[in-house]
This record gives sequence, structure tokens and C-alpha cells, in this order.
Amino acid sequence: MTLPQDLDLARTGGSRTIRRAAALCLVLLVALLVNAARVQVFQADRLGDNAANRRPVLARYAEPRGNILVAGEPVTASKDTGQLLRYERTYTDGPLYAPVTGYASQTYGTTLVENAEDGILSGTSPLLAPLPFWNDISRTRQPGGNVVTTIEPALQQAAYRGLAGRRGAVVAVEPSTGRVLALVSSPSYDPGVLSGTGSEVATAWARLNAAPAKPMLNRAIRETYPPGSTFKIVTAAAALDSGVVRDVDAPTGTPDPYLLPGTRTALPNEATGCRDASLAYAIRWSCNTVMADLGVKVGLAGMVDAVRRFGFNDPGLRIPSGVARSNFDTDMTLDQLALSAIGQYDTAATPLQMAMVSAAVANGGELAQPHLVESTTSAAGGVVDRTARRAYAQAMKASTAAQLRKLMVGVVEGGSGRNARIEGAEVGGKTGTAQHGVGNQGTPYAWFIGWARARDAARPAVAVAVVVEDTSARREDISGGGSAAPIARSVMEAALAAEGRGWPPSRSPERDG
Amino acid sequence: MTATTPDPPPPPRVRLPRRRGVELSLLLCAVVFSVYGYADVGLAHSGAVPPDVAGYGAGLGLLALLAHLAVRVRAPYADPLLLPIAVLLNGLGLVLIYRLDLETPADRAAPTQLVWSAVGVALFAVVVVCLHDHRLLQRYAYVSVAAALALLSAPIFFPAVNGAKIWIRIGGLSFQPGEFAKVLLAVFFAAYLAANRTALAHTGRRMWGLRLPAGRVLGPIVAIWLLSVGVLILERDLGTSLLFFGLFVILLYVATGRTGWIAVGMVLAGIGAFVVGSLEPHVNGRVEDWLHPFASIEAGRGPGQLAQSLFAFAAGGMFGVGLGLGHSTLIGFAAKSDFILATAGEELGLVGLTAIFLLYALLVGRGYRSGLALRDAFGRLLAIGLASILALQVFVIAGGVMGLIPLTGMAMPFLAQGGSSVVTNWIIVALLIRLSDSARAPAPPPDTLGIDTLTTPLPQREEAR
Repeated sequence: MTLPQDLDLARTGGSRTIRRAAALCLVLLVALLVNAARVQVFQADRLGDNAANRRPVLARYAEPRGNILVAGEPVTASKDTGQLLRYERTYTDGPLYAPVTGYASQTYGTTLVENAEDGILSGTSPLLAPLPFWNDISRTRQPGGNVVTTIEPALQQAAYRGLAGRRGAVVAVEPSTGRVLALVSSPSYDPGVLSGTGSEVATAWARLNAAPAKPMLNRAIRETYPPGSTFKIVTAAAALDSGVVRDVDAPTGTPDPYLLPGTRTALPNEATGCRDASLAYAIRWSCNTVMADLGVKVGLAGMVDAVRRFGFNDPGLRIPSGVARSNFDTDMTLDQLALSAIGQYDTAATPLQMAMVSAAVANGGELAQPHLVESTTSAAGGVVDRTARRAYAQAMKASTAAQLRKLMVGVVEGGSGRNARIEGAEVGGKTGTAQHGVGNQGTPYAWFIGWARARDAARPAVAVAVVVEDTSARREDISGGGSAAPIARSVMEAALAAEGRGWPPSRSPERDG
Repeated sequence: MTATTPDPPPPPRVRLPRRRGVELSLLLCAVVFSVYGYADVGLAHSGAVPPDVAGYGAGLGLLALLAHLAVRVRAPYADPLLLPIAVLLNGLGLVLIYRLDLETPADRAAPTQLVWSAVGVALFAVVVVCLHDHRLLQRYAYVSVAAALALLSAPIFFPAVNGAKIWIRIGGLSFQPGEFAKVLLAVFFAAYLAANRTALAHTGRRMWGLRLPAGRVLGPIVAIWLLSVGVLILERDLGTSLLFFGLFVILLYVATGRTGWIAVGMVLAGIGAFVVGSLEPHVNGRVEDWLHPFASIEAGRGPGQLAQSLFAFAAGGMFGVGLGLGHSTLIGFAAKSDFILATAGEELGLVGLTAIFLLYALLVGRGYRSGLALRDAFGRLLAIGLASILALQVFVIAGGVMGLIPLTGMAMPFLAQGGSSVVTNWIIVALLIRLSDSARAPAPPPDTLGIDTLTTPLPQREEAR
């Protein structure tokens, strides 16, 4: 070996091989960088959307959720648990407002306003972002905003107290604006018990789901009931609008009992004096025969057309929580049509739907879109969106509405709805009882729909629908008047008292004007 | 030849740059950067700067200063980038571990890691101060390999931890001997290949167009390598066996200049990986995870560690969610060790991750540069070997946690929790400092090295000097 080591190394290409080995390391580095870009940029969205990825959920609960406000006061709050899913929802007066708020649970998701306004409450809504597409670009969320509801606590409490734990629901709306003033379902539950994770929440969930009274069922907007005689207001509106009845006091020539068309089945009346009765008499005393006959005379097409303007058969109604579709069949034989015209057969309505019927009458035939959210605000309180008053439909002619108002006042003044009378106010109403179950063995539903106007006010302050599952009910109209009407009266009294009391600070112009 | 030259000719007065000032400024940046990260974690977590931020800064600063002084006195021509990069990576690792500690208050690792880092820096200083010529190590090639094999086989007598028998537990302390074995094996490979380079390159029979070296030359080193890999497979330490294999192939290629070795290495690695991957259940599971990271989700068992790691990287996106604001706890028990890069990816984003990769690349590149500039074969090979250890390790672990290659349990140099790892990496940096000092220093008079007085245990060592 004569060569010095370094020369030898140089001759066998030491530098060249080192450079090649370095190039190999460079290749490895480039592979890492390309792979990092692949995972972090190109596949990021797909990985982020993977159902098993808990990061979106963690981010969602990392900040306190925005609040739901009733009369300016939050009925919700957030509690820092220090857990992985950090902020849990708490509710003040949980059972009272549960049909409005729904629940926001780490385990079971969200319902009702918590669900419908989740974007605002959790801070992901683009409305909260300072710039368009800001949230997408910066991959952040804003602090959760607030949802201001239209609920009036006095009405809500009156309705809740009135039901006193019995199965049923109450909906009150402001006829001129469609603002939902009360939304009560009974029995209720505390949505706070579903917040968070763990066995307690799972136990509460199982208990609530297994309870025979179904406390988590929102009977006000998610359950439909046979509307019974309260539906006669709709039939009357259809009859008047279509010209089948021109004079409410004129005899209708209806026999009693009334044979259902094409059958030998006789439709009976609970009330007396219904033979050849006028529409006014039929509404006041709830004659089945007269109203069934009028429904047949209007005809299927006319009835379907009329009910649609009130909101029946609309699967897309939102307040913004989704409302169950109220049903009036569109394909029936005449005897079925006759039964449907008195709220039987397949006719089914949510309490909200029947409150809309009452509100349409109270508001001169024009039905405002019902809504539960007045406005949404940022966390700092700045309004980001306000629900504008929108017309739902012209449910009937103004003249028809005026005639029906008179008839409904008659029901309360001297008919089956006397329990809803309020001193110093004009109150219109309609009672109803719906049999159900096999052979009508189920506990009947007692209904009352109505509206109330202060004597000095330009227009009615409130329209209300009450349904109670009433064990004491026997006779059709006595039931609605007996158990549902007093609840409606206390809600309407609360509405009349709240009117002009000054909250919210700026009522909608329709009301002030 | 121990004769002194009585009257050396005056060397050319070229003032070679030492760059110690640059090193000091970069060190200051590294410390400030780490302290900023530490404060940032506190701000993100509890809205306040951690009370001990000054202590942390002072501690890290002191360590950096100590290391700097050692370099300044004993290796004045050393590459000025090596030490600052090591301090920055170590500091960043401490920040990440501290940040992960906040999620697991019962299991704090940052204080221990700080102690180990201090030990590492102390050993760094010891190596830089005491080892005044890297060629000294050449003498201990066989001692090194004996120690490496002993260290590697020791964990067989200790119970497995998380499926791998790579830990030794004595009392409350546990360490991973495989980490130290890396350096020792690199020393042996470099020394043996430097001594037998010529024989490997020029003797042996031709076969399939490839000249095979004589068995008596290649035999011992292949045996050593097989032995270490065999032990590692017994211990299910796939990562380290991969690392040793890569190190072996790279050094063999650099020493002989035969591209054929790379091809042979690739083929052997492929066969070995396939056999082990399909037969050994532990490794097979890793391969399955790599091929189907979301299989456990589809099977309804929730995301596995690799899936969680990918979720973390994806959550980081381009700019990261910010230090202390990610959800690293989801990754599970290995978040502070094997998967610490996922936290970096989530909280610092692609930008931060790229910066970290580039820091490693600079470290490796500087090692290679020293290797190129060195004048002796052993030094060259040792520098290349040490730099390649870092490069391969970063690739294997980063590729593993990001789904590029099957996951193998390994520690991200300087970042991951692990005493043995951080100490070993500081020793590697100390050796690179020493090597770079030799590479950049003006050529000293041959006698001062004392190289000729060395007695070598290597049989093939040229005696003719």
C-alpha cells in the first residue's frame, strides 16, 4: 500500500459516493415533505370529515355555546367541566322551555332551536364571520352567538301551569306577525340532564325514552292529533270562501241524522237542534251534520285547496325547528270527505297548525309565517339576522274572516266555549273533542282554539291552540270547553296583560301601528 | 515515526473562519425561540405565561452556553450550525413535551426530559473536550462492537414494554440500549470499512456482473450486522434493525463505490421486510395498519393510533392550530414519544413541520459536508454514518407516523421523550462537531496528531505509514 489514504479514497470515488448518499437523503427528505403536504393539505378535508375523527366535536365544545334568550334573559348557560368535551349546556327552567330550546348534548346531538340555530350557537355560521368565507379560510369558528326567541315568559308559564303535567300542548302566536308567544308540551323534561357524556347521561336518556308519557316528544309541533270539531272553522272558511254558504244565519237544509254519502252510516250529533241549522248555529253548538254536509258541498278539490292555505299538507314548515306535517287527505270518497270536514277520518293537525287556523281568522284571513326566533346576535350582542315578518298565505277572504270572528265570539259568549271568556276583552274560540284509539277507547283529546283582543286594541293580541288528553271528558264539546278552554283563557289573559308592557322594546310595526 | 520537526516552515497565513460568533448568535435565537414556544403554550392553555418561564429559559441558555464554551475552546473550527440546530430541536422537543404534559397532569415527562437533556449536553461537552482527535475511536472498533452487541442483547432479559423488548429497567430508571448501540455500531462499521475498503473494492470473484468481495473480508461485518438485526428482530425492534441495515448499506456503498451494493441492499431489505412483515404478527399488524389505517374504524372499533395521527396532521393543515391548542391526547399513550411529530404537525402545521424537517436536513447536510472535507477514510465514513443515522431515523419515524411507510417504534431525534435517545443524539452531535472541526481546521503538523503512535487492533490496517 503506497498510496496515502486520502488519495486512495479520492481515486475510488469517495466524494462521488458521498454525494450520491447525500442525494439519497435528499430524496428521503423530499418524500417526507411531499407526504406531509399530501396529508396536511390535500387529504386534510377528507380526514377532517371522517366520522371517527373527534376533533370537530372537540372544537365544537371547546368554547361556551351561545345562549337562547327569552324576554331578553338567557334560559341556557354553559358550564366548564374541564373535560375533553369541555363546555356543557345547562338550562334554567329546563322543563318549561324544553319544547322551545330542545337539548344540546355531547352524546345525543341537538334538537329544536338548539339544532335549527346550531350554526349561530356554536359559532360556525358564516353570518358571524367578519368576512365572507372567513371561517373556511382561517379554519376557525367565532364565539357562539345568541338566539333571541319570540317567547313571552308569562304566556309560557300560564300554559305550562294550566296543563299541570297532563299530556297535552299549548301554542300561542301573535296573529298579526306570526311570532310564537308560547310553545308548551307536557309532560316535559329537563334537557340539562342530557348534557355531557357518561353513564348519568346515558341513564337519563334511556329513562326519558322509555317513559310511557314520552316527555321528550314535542307535542306542540312534532305530534299530530285528530283536530275534532276545531277543524270546523276550516270547513266553515272553505264554505264561505267558495260561496257554498252566503249567509251564515241562513238554514243549510241539512238533515239530522245525516247519512254519509254513498253509505248507510248515519252521522250523529252531540248537540241538539242541528237539523237544517244555520252555519252560525252549527259553529256555536258544533253540529257534525251541518259541517260534514258543507264539506261535501265544497267538494274534495275545494277543501284540499282551502286547507293548504292554512298550512295543512305542508311538509316543509319550519319555525325554524321543523314542524310535523298536518294531514288532510287529497284522495277520498265523499263519506270520507264528510268525516274529514269535521276533523275526523285521517285529518290530523299539530297544535301549532290549529293555532295558525285561529290566527288566520283573527288576522283578517291573512296568515303570517309562524316563527320562534326573533333575531340572532353575535356573542357581543350585535344583531346578525332578524326574522322579518312574512306572509304564509291568504288563508281566506277578509270578509270570511270577519264573519268567522263573529261566529267564534259567539262560541265563547254563548256556546260551548264559555270557559274561555275574559272580562273586558273580545274572545273568539272553538272547542273540540277527538276520539281515537281502537273503537275510540283511547283517552279523548280535548281541544280549544281561540283568539283574544283587548277592547281598545286594533287587532287581536293572541291566537291560541290547546290540546289536552283528558280522562274526564265525556261529551264532545263539554270536554274541549271543560279542560282546554280554561288553559287557553289563562294564556290569553297573560297575553292581554303583557300587551303594551314594553317587552320587547321595539315591537314589530304592525303591532304598534 | 515519532520524530518532531524541529523547525516547521511557517504555514500560509490564511485565516480560516471560525464562526464562533455566528454560533453564539444562532444559539441565542434557538433559546429565545424555545422560550417563546414555552410561553406560548402557557398562554394558550391558561392565558398566562408559565411562572417558571425564566427558569426554563435560563436553564436552556446555560446548557447552550456550556456546550458553546466547550466548542469554542476545544473545537474552534467546528461547523457553527450543528450546535444551534441541536439546541433548537431539543428546546422545541421540551416545549412539545411540556405542552403534552398539560393534558396528562399525572404523568409529567418534561422535567425528566430536561434532566436527560442536561446529561446529554454534559456528555456532549465531555466528548468535545476529551476527544481531541476522532481517529482515536478507530482504535476501539472491536471494543465498540462488543459493547454494542452486549447492549443490544441485554433487553432480552427484561420484560417487554408495549410489545417491544427494547428497554432495560433498573430500579425506577429505564433506558433503551439500542440507542447507544447505534453510535458504537457506526464507529465499528466506519473503522472496519476504512481498513478493508481496498480489499472490499478490488478482490473477490465476479458473479452476475457484480464483483463479490472475498468472504474473509466481507464475512465478519455481515456476521455482525446479521447478529444485531437478529437480536433486534427477537426484540421486535423493527425500526432499529431497519436503521442498522440502512447504515450498513450506505457505508458499504460509500466505502467501496460500488453501486451494486445499493441494489443488493435494496433486494435484501425487500425480501427481509416481506418475510418479517408477513410472518411476524407484531410487524404484520403494523403493515396492515399502514395499508389500511381506517380498517378499525370500519370494523367499529374506533380509530387506531395511526388514524388518530393522520387526523392530527390533517387538523393542522397549512399553518397549524397553534401551540397548545390541538388535541394530541386523542393519539394516546405514545403521544410524547413515537407520535410527538403528530403534535408538531397539528399545532405548527405544514409550515412548522417543514421547518423541523429542514432543521434535520441541515444537520444531516452539515454532517455530510464534514465527511466530504475530511481527509481520513475513517473520519469520512464516521461522519457519513452519524449523519445517515439521523437522516434514516427521521425518515423512518416521520414516514411511519404520517402513513408513508409502516410504523416502527422509534424516537424522533431530540424531539421525542426518551433519556437514552436525547443523550445519544447529543453524543452524535458532539462527534459531528469534532469531525467538522477536523474537517475545517487548518491542516495540523502530522506529529501533533500522534496517529502513528496508535497501535491498531485491526488486522487489515496498513502498516506502511
